[in-house]
Amino acid sequence: MTASGSTAATALHRLGRAEDIPRFEGRTATVAGVSLAVFSTEHGFVAIGAACPHQGGPLADGIVSERCVTCPLHNRRIDLHTGEVVAGGEGRVPAYEVVERDGDLYVPVSGVDGTPLEREPLEAAT
Amino acid sequence: MSEGAARPAGAKPILVVGGGIAGQAVCEALRRRDPEVPLVMVCGEPRLPYDRVTLSTLLASEGDPASLQLRPAEWYEDNRVEVRLGEEVESIDPQAGACRLSSGEALEFDRAALCTGSDPLMPPIPGIDLEGVYPFRGPEDCLAIGRAAEGASRAAVIGGGLLGLEAAYGIASRGCPVTVVHLMDRLMERQLDEGAAALLGPAMEALGAEVLLERQTERILGWARAQGLRFADGGEMECDFVVVSIGIRARTDLARSAGIVCERGVVVDGRMRTSAPNVVAVGECAQHDGIVYGIVAPLHEQAEVAADTLLGREGTAPYGGSVMSAKLKVMGVDLVSIGDAHGGAAAIVADDDASVYRKIVVKDGRPTGAILMGDVRGHELLLESVRAGEEVTDPLELLAAASRATGADLPDAAQVCNCNGVCKGAIVEAIEDGGLGSTAEVVATTRAGSGCGSCKPLVTEILHFVRGGDVEEASFLCPCLKQTREELAATIRGHGFESVTEVAAQCGTGRRCGACKPGLAYLISEINGNRHREERHARFINDRVHANIQRDGTFSVVPRIRGGVTSPAELRRIADVAEKYEVPMVKLTGGQRIDLLGVAKEDLPAIWEELDMPSGHAYAKAVRTVKTCVGTDFCRFGLGDSIAAGIELERQMEGLYTPHKVKSSVSGCPRNCAESYVKDIGFVAVEGGWEIYVGGASGSRVRKGDLLATVPTTEEAIEVALTFLQHYRENAEYLERTYDFCERVGMEAIERAVLDEESGEPARLRERFRIAKAAVETDPWLERRDPVHPRQFVGLEPDGEAALVGPPAEAVLAGAPAEDAR
Ligand code: SRM
Ligand SMILES: Cc1cc2nc3c(=O)[nH]c(=O)nc-3n(C[C@H](O)[C@H](O)[C@H](O)COP(=O)(O)OP(=O)(O)OC[C@H]3O[C@@H](n4cnc5c(N)ncnc54)[C@H](O)[C@@H]3O)c2cc1C
Ligand code: SF4
Ligand code: FES
Repeated sequence: MTASGSTAATALHRLGRAEDIPRFEGRTATVAGVSLAVFSTEHGFVAIGAACPHQGGPLADGIVSERCVTCPLHNRRIDLHTGEVVAGGEGRVPAYEVVERDGDLYVPVSGVDGTPLEREPLEAAT
Repeated sequence: MSEGAARPAGAKPILVVGGGIAGQAVCEALRRRDPEVPLVMVCGEPRLPYDRVTLSTLLASEGDPASLQLRPAEWYEDNRVEVRLGEEVESIDPQAGACRLSSGEALEFDRAALCTGSDPLMPPIPGIDLEGVYPFRGPEDCLAIGRAAEGASRAAVIGGGLLGLEAAYGIASRGCPVTVVHLMDRLMERQLDEGAAALLGPAMEALGAEVLLERQTERILGWARAQGLRFADGGEMECDFVVVSIGIRARTDLARSAGIVCERGVVVDGRMRTSAPNVVAVGECAQHDGIVYGIVAPLHEQAEVAADTLLGREGTAPYGGSVMSAKLKVMGVDLVSIGDAHGGAAAIVADDDASVYRKIVVKDGRPTGAILMGDVRGHELLLESVRAGEEVTDPLELLAAASRATGADLPDAAQVCNCNGVCKGAIVEAIEDGGLGSTAEVVATTRAGSGCGSCKPLVTEILHFVRGGDVEEASFLCPCLKQTREELAATIRGHGFESVTEVAAQCGTGRRCGACKPGLAYLISEINGNRHREERHARFINDRVHANIQRDGTFSVVPRIRGGVTSPAELRRIADVAEKYEVPMVKLTGGQRIDLLGVAKEDLPAIWEELDMPSGHAYAKAVRTVKTCVGTDFCRFGLGDSIAAGIELERQMEGLYTPHKVKSSVSGCPRNCAESYVKDIGFVAVEGGWEIYVGGASGSRVRKGDLLATVPTTEEAIEVALTFLQHYRENAEYLERTYDFCERVGMEAIERAVLDEESGEPARLRERFRIAKAAVETDPWLERRDPVHPRQFVGLEPDGEAALVGPPAEAVLAGAPAEDAR
């Protein structure tokens, strides 16, 4: 998996310490008014919109597996890389790349208004 | 009409008039065929399409109508269906392709579907306009009837058809006495013959609904509010409110005013086309071949044909009419009627003692209808044979075959879920294609069983039959990898695994979807006698923060109040905490405890500290409450010291996790004030000792527990209870309550394991219980002082202001962070 180099991001916004998210758990963070659910997965850190597309359930509190998180309220399952609901219903949330450097986590943000930039669609990760 | 030619973007939309089940079905059928064509749905009601059928169930269960919405709001966005809520189409001109909404807005369209449904019939008798007279059609009616039933001393339901009986049942369920007033000489005369109706009347009366037959209501009495009914024979009855359910009338006014041919409904042909070539009609407003259907199943079929017609395709075969079929949604009264069960030659199997009546009617060698009362097994099969018009030589044999029929015997075309129009073939396909392994998955994928839910057992049966295993084998702990609890337990024992991570590494369990991780975590803990390595990521959020998550993401706090006995000091602390943390609601629970609702996750540790009471585990699959009654301490009938026994039982069980929640209670005499007959474990004091009941239920299912033993002393009663608890902990499937467990394995097996001291098994169970109990953390709320993770209860805190940091992303991102992070 390679991260896209062509993101229009011009800056990174610090989310917090990597160690504050235990492996396979999530925590919420707010960046320029946008709520994110940040997860620690087997393949590093990722973030998606914090609120479930169904009824706004707190996705950071969900159960995390290899590639998805299950909403704690009614079990919609969401792909952590695409934000797509993959089971239990339909819909999607925005998906974001998370960068880890020296134990800190960052999300790429717009240089204009500081809001997090959605990641470009990934090709199927192998 | 423009015959399906590719439309340029910005073309005029297809207009769907009415957002009922039919309107929704048409939109979905259209979208499945054509992702592009613009769609506008005008919904007269101020809400998105919802499941009207389930309103009856909701009236009885006091549920929230908002939960019935068929699709979430995003569905309409994602599928580009433009929705106008709370607006009616007031006039329509099919030829010009123009219509006007009640808001005054004008809309243009290319083609249109009329899905205007129907209105309840209100007879023009004096008093019909009084306050306290309700139809039974929409959520507002449902709520109004529910409110009226509170504190009313009697209700009258005019109309003893299917809907009237469901309304009466709902009202009776709310504790309000109710009388069904029916014009004819038997209930549901359109569907039932005398034999079945003779059983139905008493069955309704047993549920608390009185039945008056052959009463023509002449007027509703009362000044401002309804106060009674007067009948044509001069008789009267008193009541506090009236529900009218005598039938429906198709809403044809819009079509009529546009010059479209209407009779009792909007007349359509086999392609669902009305007399206006670019307009179709679907659902309860449509009349096909002289019939207006008042049920859901036909409209799904109609919607498919209509969608093809609207798109100018010839895909589906023309609509050829449906067989009427109805199932009474009254708990405890099983009744299904199919087609026309009058006249003809009939085969009947009846057993008055068992209140069973099964009849099939055959005309010219083909079945035309059936009535199943008291025993509805095989109704799907009978419906399908009526639908297919199969030739029947021996109708009795067909009835017998139906009682034996399992999901395997149904033809693929047989409709399994009437609410969502899902046939067996579609379910089988979904199971095979998706490799589905649990009923929940099948329900989520196909939507069969997500309406009234009455077909769920059949869905499970089909699942088992497709999967080819027997019932037990087919319940996978990990559906993704099809691993059963037994297989995983063997792996765990074989390798001596102590954590979920080890199991996941060995056999992949829990990695794909994660849904099985809590079950696996329980299994690991149980096998290791609670000396496992606890991993919080494998637990549901409730068990990470020891509180129950709520709809808005806040949590509820229920401290342990053993046996429901508290003290002024505890109450004072609870009050102080509630005030200090501005807890939005303090509520007495059904489990004899106190619930602080709406607490923010961050506040949990501080609240626990100040409460200084142990966790009640109200959030966990664990030992929950032991309710008690006042017993010999105070009650003049008390035969046993229920309070002391209950508190002791709770102490000895608390803290243990279980396959599903375990709720107990202890009653001081067979008056059973603590509801011991319907608990997972229930004690009832009798002359000379205690009765111990297990496997009782009073939640989504109601079941009287089985009497496991009667013993002379409290110590012995508790010992039997703990032995049973351990047997359940070791042998139940994850999320299997005791009521299902006891039924599945049978009481004989349970008695052998728990009571047969000679075998040595009860002693072994007690020993393993002792080991498991000794190892449980006494109180998870002590994590307030020593959290498993330092920041378990808070979100990430980007320190200070939202500062933009770092070099241009380009440079950083090129460092392939995903690899770094490993
Ligand atoms: C608070 C309480 C209602 C109340 O205000 O009284 C309650 C609240 C909930 N019940 Fe209950 N039940 C409560 C007593 C009951 C009772 C009565 C009793 O315990 O005597 C029953 C019937 C007995 C039984 O358990 O069968 C009951 C049967 C259910 C069921 C159906 C279980 C079943 O198998 O039939 C569920 C759903 C489930 O477990 O899957 C449920 C689930 C729930 C949940 C946990 C739903 C959820 O997952 O979020 C509710 C949490 C609300 C919240 O936000 O905190 N609750 N629930 C009661 C807490 C009792 C306590 O002190 O711990
Ligand atoms: C309590 C209850 C229980 C039932 N139980 C069962 C059951 O167990 N099994 C079963 O098969 N059936 C059952 N039914 C019947 C079933 O609900 C109906 O057959 C079905 O809902 C009809 O759907 P529909 O979309 O055709 O009509 P409707 O649900 O009536 O929807 C029509 C919608 O169109 C709107 N509308 C009308 N005119 C306009 C206009 N000009 N502009 C805009 N909007 C308009 C209306 O406001 C309404 O929302 C039950 C019905 C009730 C009331
Ligand atoms: S508290 Fe219980 S009955 Fe009430 S809504 Fe929640 S689960 Fe249903
Ligand atoms: S809010 Fe997430 S599934 Fe309902």
